[in-house]
Amino acid sequence: MCLAIPGEIVDVSEQHGMKFARVQFGGITRQVCLEYQPAAKVGDFVLVHVGFAIATVDREEAARQWEILRELGEEA
Amino acid sequence: MKFLDEYRDADAVAELAETIRKTVTRPHVIMEVCGGQTHSILRYGLDRMLPPDVELVHGPGCPVCVTALETIDRAHAIAQRPEVIFTSFGDMLRVPGTHGDLLALRARGADVRVVYSPLDALALARANPDRQVVFFGIGFETTAPANAMTLIAARREGLTNFSMLASHVLVPPAIASILQSSDNRVQAFLGPGHVCAITGFRAYTSLAARYRVPIVITGFEPVDLLRGVLLAIRQLERGSATVENAYSRTVEEGGSPAARAAIADVFDVIDRNWRGIGAIPKSGYRISDRYRAHDADIIFDVGAIATREPEACIAGLVLRGVKKPCDCPAFGRSCTPATPLGATMVSAEGACAAYYQHRRTA
Repeated sequence: MCLAIPGEIVDVSEQHGMKFARVQFGGITRQVCLEYQPAAKVGDFVLVHVGFAIATVDREEAARQWEILRELGEEA
Repeated sequence: MKFLDEYRDADAVAELAETIRKTVTRPHVIMEVCGGQTHSILRYGLDRMLPPDVELVHGPGCPVCVTALETIDRAHAIAQRPEVIFTSFGDMLRVPGTHGDLLALRARGADVRVVYSPLDALALARANPDRQVVFFGIGFETTAPANAMTLIAARREGLTNFSMLASHVLVPPAIASILQSSDNRVQAFLGPGHVCAITGFRAYTSLAARYRVPIVITGFEPVDLLRGVLLAIRQLERGSATVENAYSRTVEEGGSPAARAAIADVFDVIDRNWRGIGAIPKSGYRISDRYRAHDADIIFDVGAIATREPEACIAGLVLRGVKKPCDCPAFGRSCTPATPLGATMVSAEGACAAYYQHRRTA
């Protein structure tokens, strides 16, 4: 069950003593537990697996890797 | 969708495929561990874009597929108890045990419910104080933190009617087991991206060094997968054997410290039996003593379980990458998603289901 996709945090709240976020994936919104990504904030993209944010997308790293990828393509 | 669509870009995929073709000078065998990666490869036809010298072999990264038959039968026995609301992820419902599946039990009156998250099962327990809610907690290390947090919450709230039948499996021991096998042909691995988001990849550094195999931590989208294949091939071509992180927008070397701490609190590492593969030492999690009040294995005494696998099913050989699903005489005949003989034809991450859905007959 390693299926997980990135979604955008649109707001944060607390439920049953745990930090939660409302996360948007395209047209769908879900409540996601943020206990493992407590520093994540509105506007961040988190990777969500079975109702939990398991990682925050590192935008700088994503941009950097994308540049490297385009360079790889130019070698082709 | 941001951070998804760009990794499905057809031009980027085509460029990577071309670079791979130009890099390969001899045959290579690469295994992608994760069932989600297998499905993506087949869905996007990435295997067909690779030159014939590159063989992709599918690994045992399907937690539903490798859950021991005895555990499945135990789950079925618990689900039949009248006081129990048995909750599970969707694809577990159609996994055949020795005597049918959860869907059949539901048809005969068992209260079996599909949930998306273990927190949904916890909510059911709060809402139904007169019933025993049991959650079937299967999965790799990716899912363990979710199950851990759920048990932490159950204990904190003092719930007396929530328990978990936990059956986690761990990836690094499975890779070691494959590499130790006398008929192993795998020369490099695409490491499991979401498992590593949780655990980090230090365990894979040890494996790469001990067995001298390249391991490239890889994501799940077409661009990610072909990039992982390219990096693995580059290492194989030049004879190096290290860990590379090709999913660095999500994975850090140390993983998620909070998730690892919760796992260490809630679970103990134990030996586990993998369906179709056999016993692998220190390859599973069991609920620790602190959380025994929520351990369904302890709470429910279901007696001795006698298991029996269907003879025609070769799921074990498929899970170890020794055979492909289309090599199986039952594939597409007596075994289909509608009438599965084994878990690999049922699960969203099973190789046989992937081959069937994406019409791979050879």
